[in-house]
Amino acid sequence: MEITLSIVIGVLYTAGVYLLLRRSLVKLILGIIFLSNATNLLIFLSAGLTKGEPAFAQKAGEETARQVADPLPQALVLTAIVIGFGIVAFTLALKYKYHQKTGTYDLDQVKQTDQS
Amino acid sequence: MITVLPIIIPLTMVVLLLLAGKKTRWLKTIGISGAFLLLLANLAIFHQVRQQGILVTQAGGWEAPHGITLVIDLLSAVMLVVTSFTALVVAIYSLRGLEPQHHRYRFFLFFHTLMMGVGGSFIAGDLFNMYVWFEVMVISSFVLITLGSKKEQLEGGIKYVSMNLVGSFLFLAAIGLVYGKTGTLNLADISQTVRSSDQPFLMDSSFILFFMAFGIKAAVFPFFFWLPSSYHTPPVAITALFTGLLTKVGIYAMIRFFTLYISEINPFWQNLLLIVAALTMVIGVLTAASQFDIRRILSFHIISQIGYMIMGLGFFSAFALASALFFMIHNILAKTAAFLAGGLINEKTGSYQLKSIGGLFNENPWLGLVFFLPAMALAGLPPLSGFFGKLFLIKSGFEGGHFLVTGIAVWVGIVTLFSMLKIWNEAFWKKPPEGVVAGDAGAMEKPGTLQKPGVSISPNKLKPSMYYPVAILAFSTVVFGVFGGWFMDVLQDASEILKEPEIYIRAVLK
Repeated sequence: MEITLSIVIGVLYTAGVYLLLRRSLVKLILGIIFLSNATNLLIFLSAGLTKGEPAFAQKAGEETARQVADPLPQALVLTAIVIGFGIVAFTLALKYKYHQKTGTYDLDQVKQTDQS
Repeated sequence: MITVLPIIIPLTMVVLLLLAGKKTRWLKTIGISGAFLLLLANLAIFHQVRQQGILVTQAGGWEAPHGITLVIDLLSAVMLVVTSFTALVVAIYSLRGLEPQHHRYRFFLFFHTLMMGVGGSFIAGDLFNMYVWFEVMVISSFVLITLGSKKEQLEGGIKYVSMNLVGSFLFLAAIGLVYGKTGTLNLADISQTVRSSDQPFLMDSSFILFFMAFGIKAAVFPFFFWLPSSYHTPPVAITALFTGLLTKVGIYAMIRFFTLYISEINPFWQNLLLIVAALTMVIGVLTAASQFDIRRILSFHIISQIGYMIMGLGFFSAFALASALFFMIHNILAKTAAFLAGGLINEKTGSYQLKSIGGLFNENPWLGLVFFLPAMALAGLPPLSGFFGKLFLIKSGFEGGHFLVTGIAVWVGIVTLFSMLKIWNEAFWKKPPEGVVAGDAGAMEKPGTLQKPGVSISPNKLKPSMYYPVAILAFSTVVFGVFGGWFMDVLQDASEILKEPEIYIRAVLK
């Protein structure tokens, strides 16, 4: 399972970087979403996976501690997902405004501020 | 509980500003008094840290490696005071320097969320908490840079946002990797784990991600391109705020990490830092020299001077670290003052283009003075603060035997002087270009350039209330130079603590 997830993370990063380098503003935002989700999965994976067990609780009547999933990365991922939502909402609003002002999604047009 | 004030005060102000409705007068009053309160609180914190040493608060009563820890050591306290002072001055400038619509769009609301993020990053004792405060800061800056939605702002915003987001993801990925390797997120606990480990090189893959993340935030050599293409687009008060706060938070994080985790001189990291520093300095200053827009010259200069700070960090000695801190504080004050003075030039002439302005010194000697002081401080003339900052850095470089990079730093200092004199000669000394009536320069610009023509306040008449904040900052660079000895003593104490991570670890983990 870890191997599969690692490969998925790698693919997501690759696709994200590829999309960031494309010329369209929409693809740039898609790339940002991909990178964000790849990072979330990476954190989720960082403590290793414990399958089929709850994070905290022991079963009723059980005395000895069993192997439980580490709850911390899950809490981190939740926070990161929420921050990611905010970021995506902002970039979409930025895209909308930019398109309203200039009528283009082409990132090659975005070079006015670099000319002195 | 004084430790949480840098977060609580801006948060309270945010709530009040939301309740205040759309009356600009209320928004301004709350915004300014909040910034003033924050400065007072940070001075109190500084005083207490001087008295008692490192202040530690365990949030919610969870003990150190498990809960969220807030730590204020001398470095954090100094940074808190300097940033809140600069922010207060910029806030005062923004009362008249920003148009009324910017205040209606809640400039002060995002100003205070930005301050909350900056303060939180300085006092976080926990990796993930630091990330969250970084995000608070970065997202507020996204809104500020596009405040008013001018076309060039949106364009600069796209570059700024995408680059900074990539930095944030790298930071987050590095946090995940560190947690996987050490099983902890507490800065002190990680430091202890890394130090007691017999395979510290295993951490290098995460640290290089941290280096890239903070490098993007701080605009060091291969990652700096977002800065000069976005910093000149928003109104100058916002640019000045970013200059003083944002990149410096990146440098702060880098100093915190490198001192906590890589204390013995490690050739790989030292070479990396010094090479990056040299390239950052040289490329920043050369590109600055080729520009003709005041704000772009100053933007490229930020990059060049970030190089000096990285260089001081790369020397890995206590004195070099103190000099880098000295230089950073000098740079926060002088750079912000220079940007605000540039804003005054624009208010007066309606343009930032050096080619279309001139003769300002004859017309307005006071404007000349408030620009001259920070510009010469940046160039490093005695007795202004930049001279001592560079002197200390170069001294520690020669003592450490790093002749090449120190020589480059000296040369970069000379080119810095050249480009500051370029602004001075073009804007203040040369005769106004032919056919341009003073105050009408904006009309001469080519159509299609990104300069906004004129601002709401009529050119030629500078209200004294716009001068005062710039004059305060310009004067503070003189004070910081003349009384540099006292400040340097404080900073040397701070770097002694940084050089002995044991002190930090013991204070946090008890």
